[in-house]
Amino acid sequence: MKAAASLLFALLALMAFSLATQLDLAATGWSRADRSGNFLGLMFGDGRKLLGNQFFTMADVYFHSGYYPTIFDQKSEGQKEIIAASHGKKEDEEDEKNEDFFGKPKDWVDAFGRNFKITQHTHLEQGREREILPWLRLAAELDPNKIETYTVGAFFLREHLHRTDQAEAFLREGLRQNPGSCELLFELGRLYRASKLDFDHARNVWYLGVNRYLALKPEEQKENRLIFEEMAVNLAYLEDQTGRYEEAINWFRAAQQVAVNPTALQEQIDAIQKKIPAKQP
Amino acid sequence: MNKIIAVAGVVIKELYRRKDFYVLFVLTALLTCAAGAMNFFHDDKIVRYVKDICLLLIWVSSLVVAIVTTARQIPAERESRTIFPLLAKPVSRGQVVAGKFLGCWLATGIALIVFYLFFAIIAGSREHIWPVGIYLQAAWMQWMLLGIVIAMVLLGSIYLAAPSSTSTISFVAVGGILLLGGHLKNIALAQPEPMQGILTFLYFSIPHLEWFYLSDFVVYNFAAVPWAKIILATLYAAVWIGIFLLLTWAGFRRKNLTT
Repeated sequence: MKAAASLLFALLALMAFSLATQLDLAATGWSRADRSGNFLGLMFGDGRKLLGNQFFTMADVYFHSGYYPTIFDQKSEGQKEIIAASHGKKEDEEDEKNEDFFGKPKDWVDAFGRNFKITQHTHLEQGREREILPWLRLAAELDPNKIETYTVGAFFLREHLHRTDQAEAFLREGLRQNPGSCELLFELGRLYRASKLDFDHARNVWYLGVNRYLALKPEEQKENRLIFEEMAVNLAYLEDQTGRYEEAINWFRAAQQVAVNPTALQEQIDAIQKKIPAKQP
Repeated sequence: MNKIIAVAGVVIKELYRRKDFYVLFVLTALLTCAAGAMNFFHDDKIVRYVKDICLLLIWVSSLVVAIVTTARQIPAERESRTIFPLLAKPVSRGQVVAGKFLGCWLATGIALIVFYLFFAIIAGSREHIWPVGIYLQAAWMQWMLLGIVIAMVLLGSIYLAAPSSTSTISFVAVGGILLLGGHLKNIALAQPEPMQGILTFLYFSIPHLEWFYLSDFVVYNFAAVPWAKIILATLYAAVWIGIFLLLTWAGFRRKNLTT
């Protein structure tokens, strides 16, 4: 009886070992099959995009240190401030006024309740911008096709936290998920130009961005006009800075074709033209 | 007063003999530590999301402890028929109500101290600052809110059939007030009459629990709220606790305990 039990144990152990060797190969295949996804993707399916958007909003909430309107508060619809900030927009008095979504207290309950709410409009600064990063990381995990997540994250990493390499890695991760995105290429070019002072690399990336824009369908080009204008203007400044005035003028002219205010760009062209030495007869 | 304290003492002993608090505390600690261990862009100075998650768990856990513990107090005494020897001590029905309230409130207060100590250690170890004032205010205001909730649940446990229904309705009511209480006026203004009038009446007649939520001040490192406002909010909480306890006593006084 004892021998039979030992034999049975040995048989079961052998079976377990054999199955493990077989299943290990299959298990590797399962994990590879879910290459784009991860645990969160597996959990939420397509619903993760909604959650991703919510986490992106959380980054904006943190950027304002909790001073943020709820769905019940009146707020002028507009761009999220972290996006505006990543495009270099500074707030003026009018913006500040629009952001006062509380207004005057409606009654004593509202007035007294405001003592226990955050009612100051502030933005994170002096390196505290890092606090928005966890939400952007999670937003990128949940919705890898939301371009703003990468551009905003890279901007704050580069501009405020001076971590250029991580900003570049985040942008490249975005480019792997969204190959050929003009916004991501524009931001990558800005990183090379402003943070790494690598003008050649910046120029190449922006050229690639412009080519991607030109390859878009006409209706898609219409939607991406602003990013083309930004790339063309930045290329013009870059060429001007490196002494390639003819190219700079060409890029400003290209930008004029889609710009809202072409007159301002004409002034830039005129200024560059003065720098070009008159051709010898 | 001694009788009220004796009844309260039994409730506190019950809390630490039951597993609810320990389970919730371990869960809070585990989830907070797991969140804290996550690495975002190799930056170990990021802390606010950990504070946010920890405070959310503390709020949920303390509400669960308060509501579940309170909801079963009087029904359990009736079911096991221990209410009769208790009332024969003699302890009046008002003293039973007061003792049960005090016991639950003190028990959740003890639980809150443990939770906030854990929070302060976690936040302090990462931020290297100790804003004791705002921590004290946040814990105090949360305890005041729990006082109102406990008194409200005690009232529900007199009229509702079972502890489970009392707990469920209480969770819905507390969650609803916390989420919508401060916005009812805004919602009312967008409605036609008579809904506008009904919602406005509701806005002024509910206890405004959202005032007692100071977690944002803690998470975003804002300065403490003026103490005069905290005292006023405490008085407001005391008034609501009084109203609910009086209603509970009025209902319990006439309650037939044999059915």
